[in-house]
Amino acid sequence: MGEQLPRTVLDSLNLGLHKALVDDPLTILLGEDLLDPYGGAFKVTRGLSSAFPDRVLTTPISEAGITGIAGGMALRGLHPVVEIMFGDFVTLISDQVINHIAKFNSMYNGAATAPVLIRTPMGGRRGYGPTHSQTLEKFFLGVPGLTVLAPFHLLDDDPLGAPGGLLYEAILTSDSPVLFVENKLQYLLKLLTPADLVEYELDTDRSSAFYTLRMKSAPAAMITLATYGYMAHLALEALHRLAYEYEIFCELLVPTRLAPFELQPLFDSVARTGRLLTVEEGTFSLGWGAEVLARTAEALGAGLRQARRLAAKEGVIPVAPELEAACLPGVDDIIARVREMV
Amino acid sequence: MHTDMELFRRLYRIRRFETVLLDHFKSGIFPGTTHASLGQEANAVGVLAHLQEGDVVVSNHRSHGHFLAYGGDPQALFAELMGKPSGVCGGVGGSQHLHWRNFYSSGVQGGTVAMAAGMALAEKRAGNGAIVVDFMGDGTLGEGIVYECLNMISLWQLPVLIVLEHNHIAQTTPAKLTIAGSVSQRFETFGIPTAELDSSDILEIFPLAGTLISQVRVESAPRALIIHTERLGAHSKGDDTRPPEELVNLWQFRDPIAIHATRLPEAERARIVDEVDADIQRAFEAALGAKGGV
Repeated sequence: MGEQLPRTVLDSLNLGLHKALVDDPLTILLGEDLLDPYGGAFKVTRGLSSAFPDRVLTTPISEAGITGIAGGMALRGLHPVVEIMFGDFVTLISDQVINHIAKFNSMYNGAATAPVLIRTPMGGRRGYGPTHSQTLEKFFLGVPGLTVLAPFHLLDDDPLGAPGGLLYEAILTSDSPVLFVENKLQYLLKLLTPADLVEYELDTDRSSAFYTLRMKSAPAAMITLATYGYMAHLALEALHRLAYEYEIFCELLVPTRLAPFELQPLFDSVARTGRLLTVEEGTFSLGWGAEVLARTAEALGAGLRQARRLAAKEGVIPVAPELEAACLPGVDDIIARVREMV
Repeated sequence: MHTDMELFRRLYRIRRFETVLLDHFKSGIFPGTTHASLGQEANAVGVLAHLQEGDVVVSNHRSHGHFLAYGGDPQALFAELMGKPSGVCGGVGGSQHLHWRNFYSSGVQGGTVAMAAGMALAEKRAGNGAIVVDFMGDGTLGEGIVYECLNMISLWQLPVLIVLEHNHIAQTTPAKLTIAGSVSQRFETFGIPTAELDSSDILEIFPLAGTLISQVRVESAPRALIIHTERLGAHSKGDDTRPPEELVNLWQFRDPIAIHATRLPEAERARIVDEVDADIQRAFEAALGAKGGV
């Protein structure tokens, strides 16, 4: 491992975990069904228990317990990485995250740190139904003391790929707890290489953790799209089709740090385009897009001429493929919404 | 050395701290709420007298006795409860959220057992022989995460002594309305050897705790100690709904300070009381005189 560049998001995350285990003897992985040959429900930890048998702990089905235990481990100097098998189960860990792990540093007046990293796959489109398909990170955005990250499927100039690099950095350098939001379909995405991006301009803002993409040599963008995670893949496809099929040019803004957040690159983009569409796979009301829109309106005032949000419908996510597709925002929905706005 | 006099001093120090705290609560110098350790002093002293350098203590909402028995500074604790920058946690944590050296407390029931388990896992991996002592109350037995953690504590043979201070009352609700079946079996069923004691006597608690802590340390494995105890004060400030005659009875027969005081020569006892009273008064006044707070 380590010689070849990762091909997919899954490879990249696996490499990131592997490198963290190699470089940091304090890193310990905990979660359900992590051991080889299974290697985790979505295979992110494949091979790791064979390479590091005493550093990968398979656990009972006790999400609250293992998260709380990770908090105790972190208070005593370890760097635990917890896998929650399905993102839906973050409800089970909420007390441990919100009332314990995220509070330790500030309630102990800075005298303790709890660098727990919790990884979990959100997202639908796999037919897993109401309790295994949701995108629930919005409930954890805005929790004081908690960082929320979501990787972008880019190779970037990181030998681990951007997703694995983001994960590795968070495990090794974060003093605060991190919720690392993955996505089931994103795992399978091929990392975008320079060859894949030959038609695009890519700007990277490291300090605010934003990527900006637009068609190369295109006319001025008319609208800003903001999204993250797997939806960034769908939005990029929409951006491409809008340019070629409708001559509507967009800028796509993709943050990888959702909280605490800094939106300057987004404000700069909207200052150019005057329009903002946020896209998220979580439900519509009171979500990430609402906050981003509010902040943009506060920052730009009348400079924000038009703003809309696209998100999942507010109901359970059905198993039936056509019902599930109707519930979650897709490429055609993004295109339709942009065409309404421009 | 844990002489009778030294143990009395430690017990009475907690008692005096809590008494001064409660006496001044109405004056408004302490914001929020507090949970006093009255009646449970011998648990804190009897268990924590066996700690060694590097050991870790996890406590709960009723933590003052544990903190003081661990060696915490009464002035810093008073200041914390007054919300002063000179407090244990700068006035941020208050009564229920203390951290000093290897002492940690938190106010949400159940999560402290998880903290203790994770800390014991870290200490076990570090291989330095340190152990974790986790204080919980019978009210906490209602939280599901406790059983998730008891399972992993046993599965991974974590060096933790769980001390269940079973005072048979959760806030205002008697245990008989909330706890089914056997309490000791709740630990034993996970394979955690469990000792049970019905006593407020330091000379009974101290040796049993010593034996168990030694087992946890030598075997690097968990133990549970259930101490049937009595909360002689209210849950927090003034929310005691028990009949007065019940409390009179408890004070007469289950007061750990009174029980142990009889073993000391009167002059020695009076000397210790005077010294502790003066120490606690100095701590209180110094805390009060520091900047900030209400």
